[in-house]
Amino acid sequence: MSLISTPQEKAELLETAAVKGRSLWDDALARLLRNRAAVASMIVLGILVVLATIGQLLWVHDYDTIYRDRVWIGPTLENWHLLGTDAQGRDMVARILVGLRVSLMVGVVATIVSLVIGVTWGAIAGFVGGKVDQAMMRVVDILYSLPFIFFVIILMVVFGRNIVLIFVAIGAVEWLTMARIVRGQTLALKGMEFVEAAEAAGVSKANIISRHIIPNVLGPVVVYVTLMIPVVILAESFLSFLGLGVQEPLTSLGRLISAGAQDMEPAPWTLIGPAVTMMITLFCLNFIGDGLRDAIDPKDR
Amino acid sequence: MFGFVIRRIGVAIPTILVIITVAFFMMRAAPGGPFDLERPMPEETRQTILANYGLDQPLWRQYVNYMGDLMQGDLGPSLKLRDKRVSEIIAEGFPVSATIGIFSMALAIALGSLLGSIAALRQNTSGDFSIMTFAMVGISIPPFVMGPILALVFGLYLGWVPTGGLDPRYGMTPDRLILPIITLALPQIAIIARLMRASMIEVIRSNYIRTARAKGLSATAVIFKHALRSAILPLVSYLGPASAAVLSGSLVIERVFQLPGIGKHFVDAALQRDYTVVMGVVIIYASLIILLNLLADLLYGVLNPKVKYD
Repeated sequence: MSLISTPQEKAELLETAAVKGRSLWDDALARLLRNRAAVASMIVLGILVVLATIGQLLWVHDYDTIYRDRVWIGPTLENWHLLGTDAQGRDMVARILVGLRVSLMVGVVATIVSLVIGVTWGAIAGFVGGKVDQAMMRVVDILYSLPFIFFVIILMVVFGRNIVLIFVAIGAVEWLTMARIVRGQTLALKGMEFVEAAEAAGVSKANIISRHIIPNVLGPVVVYVTLMIPVVILAESFLSFLGLGVQEPLTSLGRLISAGAQDMEPAPWTLIGPAVTMMITLFCLNFIGDGLRDAIDPKDR
Repeated sequence: MFGFVIRRIGVAIPTILVIITVAFFMMRAAPGGPFDLERPMPEETRQTILANYGLDQPLWRQYVNYMGDLMQGDLGPSLKLRDKRVSEIIAEGFPVSATIGIFSMALAIALGSLLGSIAALRQNTSGDFSIMTFAMVGISIPPFVMGPILALVFGLYLGWVPTGGLDPRYGMTPDRLILPIITLALPQIAIIARLMRASMIEVIRSNYIRTARAKGLSATAVIFKHALRSAILPLVSYLGPASAAVLSGSLVIERVFQLPGIGKHFVDAALQRDYTVVMGVVIIYASLIILLNLLADLLYGVLNPKVKYD
């Protein structure tokens, strides 16, 4: 074959290459699917998400129905109180389903808030560089050393227990690490040889960005987002536990655990049900996050 | 290094001032006041009480007064606990919080680095696998879940330790502190073990460890004299965040185990608008976190000669 090929040959070559070649993401996906803990976690988490979303509609009890004559009934098949009832005679299964939904929602929304702030902050610092970068990262350093949870607590006290505020407050607190990661990646990528090589080979700017820059920034960001969701869920539960989270009759896993901890002597099931649900959820998210990290960045395994 | 410390303190002081100012005005912006929550009192009495605490003055005036008192080391009187000064409340609670915090940190560092090193040295064996599973459990179960469960199992069912907080007659006794300390330490043990494992794996693959082995040093000498010294560095830089986590964890632990520490006062005070107590606790915790971060950075420099404080 001659060195100079016709456009048609070139197109054919590219096509076969595209069929045979495996992208970064194919590799990562294959590695992820080989990780049994991660796959099992994805399945369990999927079931939990479905239950949290539509379980309310299917379950026989409402989360806020009070059965005055059925206070602190242990787990039983009678009347379908599979996980018992709480101090006011409400069905625990229904309450856990709602709590799980609120907790997952807080996890996702607050993570998105922190993702937006963190990526914007980090990307600007990384791209602009110089004095701006130094000043911006200095701010992050200082914020890192602050007792944030105290400010979140004061915030919740000041503005009342508003669920939107919980999203924003937690998200606004957790963006720091994201900003550091994105800035580091951006800075490092700007000077990478493979970016220069692609430029020298005449790859278009749009292609460099989509094929080289984005995948390399995306990897750590995706991993960090997965590991962030459990942290955020914990933060909300922490607030709820202290009595500062969502308001009754709405509930979250943290609030259920808090109530269960108070009633654990007469009614241990009010603690065990929500606690186990929370542990399973966090387990799954952490395993998926770890699996993703190993899949995308295999050198740390 | 001296210049580094001076500059860090130069940043820390304005930081603390900003924290105090923000906390002051945020608390005052909260609806309601310290004397609104009880049954309504005659307007005259109310005014007298407010004037007594200086709360009838304009906000900026209160701020100036507060900062003035603070500069002289006076945190003011508690607004809700009669005849108690904030400094007294903190002096009573601090030993409890500090004991739990220090023992938890010590336990977390000792056990965490030990488990992490063992896992790294037996990478991909069943020992490694079980330690990492334990670490995952520690990370996934937050203290406010672990605390009640441990109290339920060891306090109520097995009866090994008493439940229901400290006994005022004896004060802090080991049997009443062991569960809070373990609960607070568990997540940190897990995080430190994971950090230590990752860094140890990286270190034992490096060239100078191979050299040390090649010249015939025993395995113990290689690990303790060579590998551990550099493997411990990521752990040291985690100490700052770890101390912050332990401090905020104490808010929950003290509530779960009904311990009379500082953290327990904070949430109650914030809910009851006890301005001075909230401010006092924020000031103490913020200063502690900043101080511990500084110490961790200095320790890092001592252990890692590559770091230069310029």
